[in-house]
Amino acid sequence: MAWAVAAVLGLLLLLGSPGGCGGSPGPPRDSLREELLLSPLPSGDIAATFQFRARWDSELHREGVSHYRLFPKALGQLISKYLVRELHLSLTQGFWRTRTWGQPYLQAPAGAELWVWFQDSVTDVDKAWKELSNILSGIFCASLNFIDSTNTVTPTASFKPLGLANVTDHHLLRYAVLPREIVCTENLTPWKKLLPCSSKAGLAVLLKAERLFHTSYHSQAVHIRPICRDASCLSVSWELRQTLTVVFDTFSIGQGKRDWSLFKMFSRTVTEACPLASESKIYVDISSKTQENELLEVTPPPLSVHEASVQGDRRTYAVYDLLSPLLFNVSRSLNVQLKWKRPQDSLDLSTPVLHAQRYVSGYGLQTGEISTLIYNTHPYRAFPVILLETVPWYLRLYVHTLVITTKGKENKPSYIHYQPAQDRRRPHLLEMLIQLPANSVTKITIQFERALLKWTEYTPDPNHGFYVSPSVLSALVPSVLAMKAEDAEKSPLFTSLFPSADGSSYFVRLYTEPLLVNLPTPDFSMPYNVICLTCTVVAVCYGSFYNLLTRTFHVEEPSRGGLAKRLANIIRKVRGVPPL
Amino acid sequence: MAADEAEKARGKRAALAFAAVALVLGLPLWWKTTETYRASLPYAGISALGSLRFQLTVPVSVVFAKGALPGAQQRRLPFADTQEKESLLNPKTSITSRYETTYRSATVTEQAALATAAVQEADAALLLLQEDSLGALTVYVIPEISPLLPQGVGVYVGKHRSAVMRCPQGPGDVLAAVSARVQQIVQAMSFTTDSITAALSDRVPMDQLGTDTRRPFKSSLGYEITFSLLNPDPKSHDVHWDIEAAVSGYVQPFLDKLGLVANFSVDSQILYYAVLGVSPRFDKASSSFILSALSLPHVINPVEARLGSSATSLYPVLNFLLYVPERVHSPLYIQDKDGAAVGTNAFHSPRWGGIMVYNVDHPAPDKALLPLRVDVDMVRVMEVFLAQLRLLFGISQVPLPEEFLLESPGNKGLTDWELDRLLWTRTVENIATVSTTLTSLAQLLDKIGNIVIKDDVASEVYHAVASAQTAMLELASGHLGSAFQASKEAVISSERAFFDPSLLHLLYFPDDQKFAIYIPLFLPMAVPILLSLVKILREAKQSKKEPTKTD
Repeated sequence: MAWAVAAVLGLLLLLGSPGGCGGSPGPPRDSLREELLLSPLPSGDIAATFQFRARWDSELHREGVSHYRLFPKALGQLISKYLVRELHLSLTQGFWRTRTWGQPYLQAPAGAELWVWFQDSVTDVDKAWKELSNILSGIFCASLNFIDSTNTVTPTASFKPLGLANVTDHHLLRYAVLPREIVCTENLTPWKKLLPCSSKAGLAVLLKAERLFHTSYHSQAVHIRPICRDASCLSVSWELRQTLTVVFDTFSIGQGKRDWSLFKMFSRTVTEACPLASESKIYVDISSKTQENELLEVTPPPLSVHEASVQGDRRTYAVYDLLSPLLFNVSRSLNVQLKWKRPQDSLDLSTPVLHAQRYVSGYGLQTGEISTLIYNTHPYRAFPVILLETVPWYLRLYVHTLVITTKGKENKPSYIHYQPAQDRRRPHLLEMLIQLPANSVTKITIQFERALLKWTEYTPDPNHGFYVSPSVLSALVPSVLAMKAEDAEKSPLFTSLFPSADGSSYFVRLYTEPLLVNLPTPDFSMPYNVICLTCTVVAVCYGSFYNLLTRTFHVEEPSRGGLAKRLANIIRKVRGVPPL
Repeated sequence: MAADEAEKARGKRAALAFAAVALVLGLPLWWKTTETYRASLPYAGISALGSLRFQLTVPVSVVFAKGALPGAQQRRLPFADTQEKESLLNPKTSITSRYETTYRSATVTEQAALATAAVQEADAALLLLQEDSLGALTVYVIPEISPLLPQGVGVYVGKHRSAVMRCPQGPGDVLAAVSARVQQIVQAMSFTTDSITAALSDRVPMDQLGTDTRRPFKSSLGYEITFSLLNPDPKSHDVHWDIEAAVSGYVQPFLDKLGLVANFSVDSQILYYAVLGVSPRFDKASSSFILSALSLPHVINPVEARLGSSATSLYPVLNFLLYVPERVHSPLYIQDKDGAAVGTNAFHSPRWGGIMVYNVDHPAPDKALLPLRVDVDMVRVMEVFLAQLRLLFGISQVPLPEEFLLESPGNKGLTDWELDRLLWTRTVENIATVSTTLTSLAQLLDKIGNIVIKDDVASEVYHAVASAQTAMLELASGHLGSAFQASKEAVISSERAFFDPSLLHLLYFPDDQKFAIYIPLFLPMAVPILLSLVKILREAKQSKKEPTKTD
């Protein structure tokens, strides 16, 4: 109705030539790289990890820069408005089983995790953090707006900036986890919308929500950080990594066989690279092939093979470069397949060097105990690990009950930072640096008391229990194999996200299971019971008191009696007894 | 028996004492603890704002060059004259246009400026002689035979706040003819009743207005302008646009000029694989693709999902999309309702933005050479977008007689008097918005007694009312600039009061819950007290009757 076509714009604007318009535009200042890594896991499942890296050679914090190309506008505006130095957001469904699946490339805790480093020019960090999480909640359709002071902490040692930073004042850091958050299609769609090629071309075609959520583990993340523009590092570029990791249960999708193909997993195949990407590759981890002599077969044959040492392990990858014209010569679409030559069930379940588990113990609804077990399976090297525990205020921790034992002996942490909770204001924060001896299990226990909540503070399903966010383990793990320092830009995926100190160790961040704790739950019809009870008490006490004061009492003259007496007399007459 | 009587009297007194305690202590206590805090509001001021009687005063000075007037009338100068015209829009809204005209003869310097060869130069020279105040206009009257204006041009409207007109010749009163002509010029350069009515569109029935009045954006404190380049086919077209230079060269000067009206932020983005919602029709005759005017409404919705709302501000967004059609669908032309191709290949959507289709020439049909590099001609694009921007802000052309000559706005895209026109309508619109907001807030607060009115909300309301009244007064005294500032402040305060979250705190407190709490608490207390009161009353009545009985 209100649509009108300005058919002829009667106004002829005599526009002068603007100053500085001439000259050919320089080379594109932003680039996109897309990667997919398919790695069979020791348990027989398969992990698929997508990574889309957009890099922008621009000073986002400078005033007036607001012309976006590959970098999404929504995130760019956010960074420049709230003066964000680094932003890491992950939304995860399921739990990465480190013991059976091996060391993850980039693990995320179940639920939503957000940690942000702000610029040192931000005056009110808490306000910026609150507004930022609210806006992110709108962008990603997630309940990040539930992040408030009761679940936000400022870790002192665990989360260091991953990008270029000269400020490490931890007051500019905020960290929050929402373990209750459920991740679904509505979170994936806005995430996909941030990709320059959307889900129309390139590897993103495989991102079909229906298949991605039919998996054992689904984790999508956004990492924004400043990086060096070039080797001299005189100016800053911004990097946006969008990553998505899924673990497919091959037994269920392959009818009991461990063979897999792109089509079986995603019900799509790859036909082209994203035309905007400067690099588009699929890596398949075929390390077991070289170790155990042609156990598996990958079709189509890869164009090249890449060897890299990842997380202390030597890995071989079959590489499919989607930008290479040779790849689509034979067939129009690429459907990477992997077949096992003989059914082998005795895959060595080599346990990873560092893994952990956590549980809550105790009985009754008053006290309990949180136990964390950290395993170091390295045969001869000890290494330290930073443990971060965030416990909500309604579990009152008793720090004097903190016990750390390794091999039956007490293990004294070399650094402890403890910030006690304040009711309804902030959670407990416990950070410790613990030395893990070689080939050992370290048990950390701490007791707590369950607090009583106000009846409006309970969640809609209080009998489900209350979540305690996972604890975070950060460690530089010494590698079993000797590694040589490699060009981080060339090796696939995440190796370049975390800084590696040297060739002999690698950085690992692990999250334990989230805990589910039952709190004493009242009967929720209680307020009405209370009303009824007060009513009765008032009626009985007040009523008798009132009667006592206002009534007059005098002796009743015996009268002919009421109906009862007359009835009794009739009965007595019938029975032949004298009347009353 | 006497003891019994005394006992009875004591019982009565006790019951009365209970009732008294409940009445004197209990009731006020309950009232005090359950009352909601409501600061007092200027209800009288708000209801006074409900009926808007605008008086818009335009100060005009008419300057006669030497020889423009016959001698007899020249001697009457200088003098002042005021003309008023009232129009009633509805019982609660009226507009009075008041033109305060002063007539005087030109000073020596003005005479010298008017003697220059070209009218543009004269305009620039006269600018230095005028006092720069928003809304004030100057009309220079030059002799009929003056060579300053080109042949056939009776009136020249300059870039700033002045116009030059030829003195009409003929029998009769020359001054009357001049003032009629001045009236026409001033209306074109300030406001007409129609333009003010359009600004008050919320208060006037829809059928009185044309479709054009719904085109401009509502008055707001700021706007976000987003330029988006849509490239649905990045495999074939590698499109580049130098948007930074185009924005700083064309859009920014325009926005700087409008900076008084609102805050602006400009950004741009490139969206790939963003397609229009309709597939265009192939036209064999011209071997091109056609997008008919009827299908245009369906174009925007699918694109809008990709545009992304602005995450960081609450201002309305103006979208300008440059669409480079896919290779298989190009060239693409927009057809209007009559079937003719639209010259600019662009259209705009009221209160949303504009879309322009930019066709790529195809020199090489060879697939091997793809993607084709396309450098967008930003001058062509920006001409269209700026024209659309002007339309969306309501800076449209006024229908003028043939003999009027308008100076082009130049590099800034906006003349001073066009800015004035905008300010007149925006001020009126702002005051109307404030009036509507405050009236509905007052109604709401009146209707729902549960709403808490905090002191800061009340002070915002007071400030809004005061600012709106100031704006009305300033309009009446012809100070456009301060009137606009006051109206802007009034809008900010009234919106802040209306959207204050503290208004919602106690809103949800249904009556059934109240009864659920009150009845069990009060019933067991109230019933015995009431019953004994009734009993005492009855006994008192009987004891009054008894003496007559004994008689």
